[in-house]
Amino acid sequence: MSEKKFSKKHEWVSLDGDVATVGITKHATEMLGDIVFVEVPDAGKAVEKEGQAAVVESTKAASDVYSPISGEITEGNKAIADDPGSVNTDPEGASWFFKLKIKDKGEYDSLMSKDEYDKFCKENPS
Amino acid sequence: MEVQKTALYNYHKNLGAKFVPFAGYEMPIQYKDGIVKEHISTRTHAGFFDVSHMGQFFLEGDESLIESLEKIIPADLKNLKINHSKYSFLLNNEGGIIDDLIITRTEKGFCIILNAACKENDIKQISQFLKKNHKHLLNNDLSLIALQGPKSVEILEKLIPGVANLKFMTGSNFEYEGENLYVTRSGYTGEDGFEISISNTKVEKLIDYLISNEVKPIGLGARDTLRLEAGLCLYGHDLNEKINPVEANLKWAIAKKRKEVGGFNGWEKIKNLLANGSEKIRVGIKPDGKVIARENTKIFSSDNNEIGFVTSGTFGPSVNAPVAMGYVKSEFSKIGTSIQLEVRGKKYGGKISELPFYKKSYVK
Repeated sequence: MSEKKFSKKHEWVSLDGDVATVGITKHATEMLGDIVFVEVPDAGKAVEKEGQAAVVESTKAASDVYSPISGEITEGNKAIADDPGSVNTDPEGASWFFKLKIKDKGEYDSLMSKDEYDKFCKENPS
Repeated sequence: MEVQKTALYNYHKNLGAKFVPFAGYEMPIQYKDGIVKEHISTRTHAGFFDVSHMGQFFLEGDESLIESLEKIIPADLKNLKINHSKYSFLLNNEGGIIDDLIITRTEKGFCIILNAACKENDIKQISQFLKKNHKHLLNNDLSLIALQGPKSVEILEKLIPGVANLKFMTGSNFEYEGENLYVTRSGYTGEDGFEISISNTKVEKLIDYLISNEVKPIGLGARDTLRLEAGLCLYGHDLNEKINPVEANLKWAIAKKRKEVGGFNGWEKIKNLLANGSEKIRVGIKPDGKVIARENTKIFSSDNNEIGFVTSGTFGPSVNAPVAMGYVKSEFSKIGTSIQLEVRGKKYGGKISELPFYKKSYVK
């Protein structure tokens, strides 16, 4: 598994060969609050970089989850759809959102490193 | 208009509140614990809510004050006993709800608790019916604190002996720190509890006491999930000027005597609706799965005809499932009717459900 990379929309990506795993960051869950609903994409669905891929809802509001990378979904994490609260407890581990077969590793390389992402969050508090 | 703050603004800040603009006020939406924990601690222990943004409107006058108010409020104010409260509305000429409110009979007249977003217009509307000898005051020197949850009575009784004797929807004057304080046994969460009208200068001291008894601060976020589970309406969402009490399924809040005799704004229209029913009606809705049907979600019948819309929807932490309220054509309002909810372009199953979603535990 490669190191995690991060997007400005608060998703993380790790890479294993040409299969990427995508989830939302701890910072994102802190902004969202208690997560009560998750919708993950089905296998076979094509997603574009920065295109809408999943949905996450907190008690406050619904938000889209974007794919930071283009490709074809190989698996949505049904476990988080069954237990949305688990995204709050382990957002960057077991509670990933979906896996996809990527087309262009360059898209992964262009994402932020952990340090860059932390700096980005600090400079863009919301 | 400048954003207003309640007397407790800095106190909330120190408690780690996240603020949002609400009805012209900076109000806490949540504190550090978050909405779900705040909700649960209200249901299992007790929570306090700063609702000082709501209007505390005092009226004084002779018998003619009752006559004036009954023209716009369909409660039986003549027979309302001193220190007793009723849930009611201000109605327009079409029978539409200008605001929903709690009215309490006081020694000298009435006190009406008004929604923050409506209070200025409410006072304008009420004033049309007032006579020269009727005095009125929107008292901004008072804070309003709701203390809600099963431990409320035990905690408040220690500080203000006598409150435990109050029955639901009654109130009384008490003394605290050498000042008068008005406490009613009421609230908007489906829990036992109190609403405390207290001077802005003493309110921090009261909150210090509550916090020392492990009463958690509760923001507007959990206030919303609590009231929705209790099946209670939120003005501006579930109620507005185009909706009348019959459609809102709140005809119980029109006094029996007033239903017979009328004499209030919109009476002709409401009389007809009481006799014949309304075309649409407010219902509880339970989505079958985990999907949340939020405000403005379209509602369809099982054979795909559009039959209504959601006015409030969230995840109910105590019900541990999504819950919603909305309006449907009356023929689809039977409990258990299967419906479909259109969320993000996809239809999800749901059912018309009984209200409240969460059983109340008021002390009667």
